[in-house]
Amino acid sequence: MKALSKKRRHPLAAVALLLFGLLVTGSLYTAAGSVSEAKAADTTSASVTDVEEGQKLFVANCATCHGMSAEGTADGPSLIGVGAAAVDFQVGTGRMPMQMQGPQAQAKPVQFDDDQISQLSAYVASLGAGPAIPDEDSLDTTKGDAAHGGTVFRVNCAMCHNAAAGGGALTRGKFAPTLAGVSEKHIYEAMATGPQNMPVFNDSNITPDEKRDVITFLKTIEANGSAGGAALGNLGPVAEGLFVWTAGLGIIIAFTIWLTSRPS
Amino acid sequence: MGDHSHGSPEESGTVAKADDVAQDRFPDPGLPPHRPRLADRDPRAAKRHERQVALLFTISIIGTLFFFVAYFVLGHLGEMTFAELRVQNAALGLGTAFAMLGIGVGIVHWAKTLMPDHELVEQRHEISSEKDRQDAVDIIDTVIEETGIKRRPLIRNTLIGAIALAPIPAIFMFRDLDRTGKTAHQMIEQMRHTLWDTGVRLTRDPSGTPIKASDVQLGSAFHVIPEGLENAENMLNEKAKAVVLLMRMDPQEMNISAGREDWHVDGIVAYSKICTHVGCPIALYEQHTHHLLCPCHQSTFDLANECKVIFGPAGHALPQLPITVDADGYLVAQSDFHEPVGPSYWERG
Repeated sequence: MKALSKKRRHPLAAVALLLFGLLVTGSLYTAAGSVSEAKAADTTSASVTDVEEGQKLFVANCATCHGMSAEGTADGPSLIGVGAAAVDFQVGTGRMPMQMQGPQAQAKPVQFDDDQISQLSAYVASLGAGPAIPDEDSLDTTKGDAAHGGTVFRVNCAMCHNAAAGGGALTRGKFAPTLAGVSEKHIYEAMATGPQNMPVFNDSNITPDEKRDVITFLKTIEANGSAGGAALGNLGPVAEGLFVWTAGLGIIIAFTIWLTSRPS
Repeated sequence: MGDHSHGSPEESGTVAKADDVAQDRFPDPGLPPHRPRLADRDPRAAKRHERQVALLFTISIIGTLFFFVAYFVLGHLGEMTFAELRVQNAALGLGTAFAMLGIGVGIVHWAKTLMPDHELVEQRHEISSEKDRQDAVDIIDTVIEETGIKRRPLIRNTLIGAIALAPIPAIFMFRDLDRTGKTAHQMIEQMRHTLWDTGVRLTRDPSGTPIKASDVQLGSAFHVIPEGLENAENMLNEKAKAVVLLMRMDPQEMNISAGREDWHVDGIVAYSKICTHVGCPIALYEQHTHHLLCPCHQSTFDLANECKVIFGPAGHALPQLPITVDADGYLVAQSDFHEPVGPSYWERG
């Protein structure tokens, strides 16, 4: 950010920004004229002012890594064609802007308000067609089938996120996060866009209805809790073993000491 | 013991000598003096301990009653949600735990504080005399003599033969675990082949719908089963062998060895999902690092290098399924896997 704010006063900055703005506005108008129905549907909700505001936010907060026109740099991938859903997920869960380089960007307190996130999303969506932010109907868990969602989840998701959606370790410091407490919208967007090292599950792989079923399944198991008592983070033998070795054996040792002690 | 802080090595008593046996022995310290407990001296303390023991037994009674409250009152409210079931489970467990713990802790407390605690010395039994030992040897000798096993070698040899053969059927019973009625050779052949064959479509697991090449976008992962799997004989066994992970990556990033150039469709590649270590399903795919991780023992395979092992105990690369597209644009297999899937076995070669 600092490097950018220094360059802000560069004599050529105004020219660059003007050129950039012209280029984007120009390509937007060209796009608006010739775009297919599908793409038009993706971007209808965003007004031109949203896109412009989003661009300002982007240049101020994201361009250091993703490039002035989101074309990507050595520090960050290109955002052309990632779609509004990717921005809404990454910024809406606080993963972006990234706090520091590491194995993967982690969720943290969200840095922008809802309006700013939708402006940013509108700007990135205007750069190229990509997955849109899902509508209310796709997220309505009263319409989903939790049992079928469970089947889809176990085939496609459980190997990384764990059968109880508790999360799990990946290679070299990366991990699949727990899905408890993640909003319906963000679960949907993660499936549709494949954030970071997660594979993409596009609509031709897992249909929007199936995505809704998966969300319904996740919300159902989250609401029901663990039927077998304390879940210990649903992490399986590591957490359970640690608990038994410390608490269980500790109690046995305490009883042994008491049994062999002399009463006063 | 001697006072070693005085004297020098020349003086006796400082260094043990061969004839100085008595110096090595500890004197028998005897029993420690008996110390009366609080309850032995003070009747009020005894009364207090009595009440404590009774309280512990009462806790046990309450625990048992609590169990029945949980069983009947909580358990028969009609249809139970998972949350109610969890509460009931916890209540049943706590009730039983306190019912048992109350009795156990109460009895130990009773024994430790109120029951007599005088020390008793019981000598060990005398070690058996030489005569007893000789009697035992005589009994065995008589038995051997009366059976006549030494005089009748025919009986002895047939008995040895019978005992040696008797356990072998138990080993052969493991063969019954295989219910296919196939010979060993047929079963080995079965491991070499899967349902994949020329022109078999790749379909989604579990819906069984075919996959178009255009459906697979960069960075995506499909869990794939062969078409017609649901009608196959031994469906689960066939699925366990044939499952495939379909991924798409940039063809520029792939190192393709000679002979495999046309096994992918524009960067869409299919690999067996069965780990070559002990056969866990591998599907932890990281789309940017191109790593496939096995969750069981952390074997890691590099998709960019034809799924070669880059970490962990797996013995060899994941077998690749050669794929192409048919006239309708659906992904189909070119043939079966060129090598057996899954872990190594003797006949794999």
